[in-house]
Amino acid sequence: MPILNIEKISLRIEGRQILKDLSFSVEAGTIHSILGPNAAGKSSLAYCLMGCCDYLPQSGKIYFRGKDITTLPVAERAKMGLTLAWQEPARFEGLTVKDYIAVGMKNKDQTQIEKALYQVLLEPKDYLNRIIDKTLSGGERKRLELAAVLAMKPKLAILDEPDSGIDILALDNIVEMIKELKREGTTVLLITHREEVAEIADKTSLICSGFVVKEGTPRDVGKYFKEKCIPCPTRIYPAEEDKIQEVE
Amino acid sequence: MQDYEYMLAAYEQAGGEPSVFKDSKMAHLVIHKNKVIGKHSVQGLILEPKETPSGVDINLKVEKGIKIENPVHLCFGILPKEGIQEINIKAKIEDGAGVKLLSHCVFPNAIKVVHRMTANIEIGDNAYYEYNEVHFHGEDGGIKVVPKAKIKVGKNSYLVTNFSLLKGRVGVFNLDYEVHIQENSSLAMTTKIYGYGDDRIRIKEAGLLIGRNSRGLIKSRIAVRDRAVSEIINELTAAAPEARGHVDCLEVIQGNARAKAIPIVNVTHELARVTHEAAIGRVGKKQVQTLMARGLKEEEAIDLVVNGMLR
Repeated sequence: MPILNIEKISLRIEGRQILKDLSFSVEAGTIHSILGPNAAGKSSLAYCLMGCCDYLPQSGKIYFRGKDITTLPVAERAKMGLTLAWQEPARFEGLTVKDYIAVGMKNKDQTQIEKALYQVLLEPKDYLNRIIDKTLSGGERKRLELAAVLAMKPKLAILDEPDSGIDILALDNIVEMIKELKREGTTVLLITHREEVAEIADKTSLICSGFVVKEGTPRDVGKYFKEKCIPCPTRIYPAEEDKIQEVE
Repeated sequence: MQDYEYMLAAYEQAGGEPSVFKDSKMAHLVIHKNKVIGKHSVQGLILEPKETPSGVDINLKVEKGIKIENPVHLCFGILPKEGIQEINIKAKIEDGAGVKLLSHCVFPNAIKVVHRMTANIEIGDNAYYEYNEVHFHGEDGGIKVVPKAKIKVGKNSYLVTNFSLLKGRVGVFNLDYEVHIQENSSLAMTTKIYGYGDDRIRIKEAGLLIGRNSRGLIKSRIAVRDRAVSEIINELTAAAPEARGHVDCLEVIQGNARAKAIPIVNVTHELARVTHEAAIGRVGKKQVQTLMARGLKEEEAIDLVVNGMLR
């Protein structure tokens, strides 16, 4: 049964078409990966699903757990069990790791916070009272974002490129954490541009230029991505990627 | 006696722990308006308050080589709705000496109150002075606070000041500190204030790194909302070889508040260096949306970010 249904959503930002009549659904209890080249609209899709300001679709509908959430505010969606782990997580001067992870938890039990830190391979005694500021490396911050999602126990977690900026040795750990989320009952919408990461999914949707190009098993979609998308001459070139990333 | 009890209640409201005034190992001084209502000193610390028509003159001295083990607790305030309090402090920390002061200034009912504090502080060589000051002004904003200090820090010494005004209204606040730092000595000044309503905040902090290898950090964290206005002038001058300094000002505004930051970095020696960073703006959209994606309402998310910054 789908936990998330996206029906023909279109999103324009500052005159640019980011998503075009995009539709797909995510089955409850699965990992569904969204694969696509840079600037395909993957992060914009994540913000749109989360309800971030400036990312409300001009048309189409988003249904979460059977309810139309297209115009619901971010916090309302979160209360229904939807959350987002950002590709480049924010930093918070003065806010401790312990307090940050506790934000999304119903029961702010420290043992659960410690458990989440262990799950992302961070030693609680070294991190609980650290401040979420620039003293944390990008990799640490990414792990903490995943720990916050694990501790929140959402129904659906959108993970926006949890593998980006992560070294190859740590990649296996990240993949394990995503599987752990699924084991704990969270449906995962995994956004990535690495086909080897997309492979852990039960189903994959390939997005390019704002719409779904292909859906299927990770292996089939990955093969298509490798053979058709990577050499595609109409791919957006880096200069244009920058333009779109600025908007994001 | 009643004033003393009320002052301690206000002190507790401001975040202080009243039991310290019963501990014989801890020096303290409690002043209500122009009356000294509590005083206790410890060995090596000279604490001489003298009442004046409008306040109290305080002579504070830490004798040579003495490091006061426990913090010295100060509590100044005015309990009625109206009044003037002028505190003049002359402090001398002799060579090799050190002291840490925890000061609470409480004006819980202020409607027409003026509090002026003027300090002249001399810190000798191989000495330290830590001054932590917490203010509580109540909810009416009918108060004007004017702290002024001139501080001289000798060689191989350090000065730390932490000022915070995070509970209740600010009223009108006009701080002016100037610090001179000698060879191998350091200065760290931090100010944290949350203003709202019609509060007016003006801070001028100047550090002069005049000794070789001296260090200075001036840090401000200010949040203003409603119609509050803040102006922060952080000035750091480096005039000696290997002097290093940094000015760091962060101001967050909400509603119709206005904030101005004027970092002044002045280097007059080719081997000295001062850096600065200043940022003013509303709370970061991404920070707010991150917290909202965990279930907080927008106002709750903004409060959490601002309170974190001011922590």
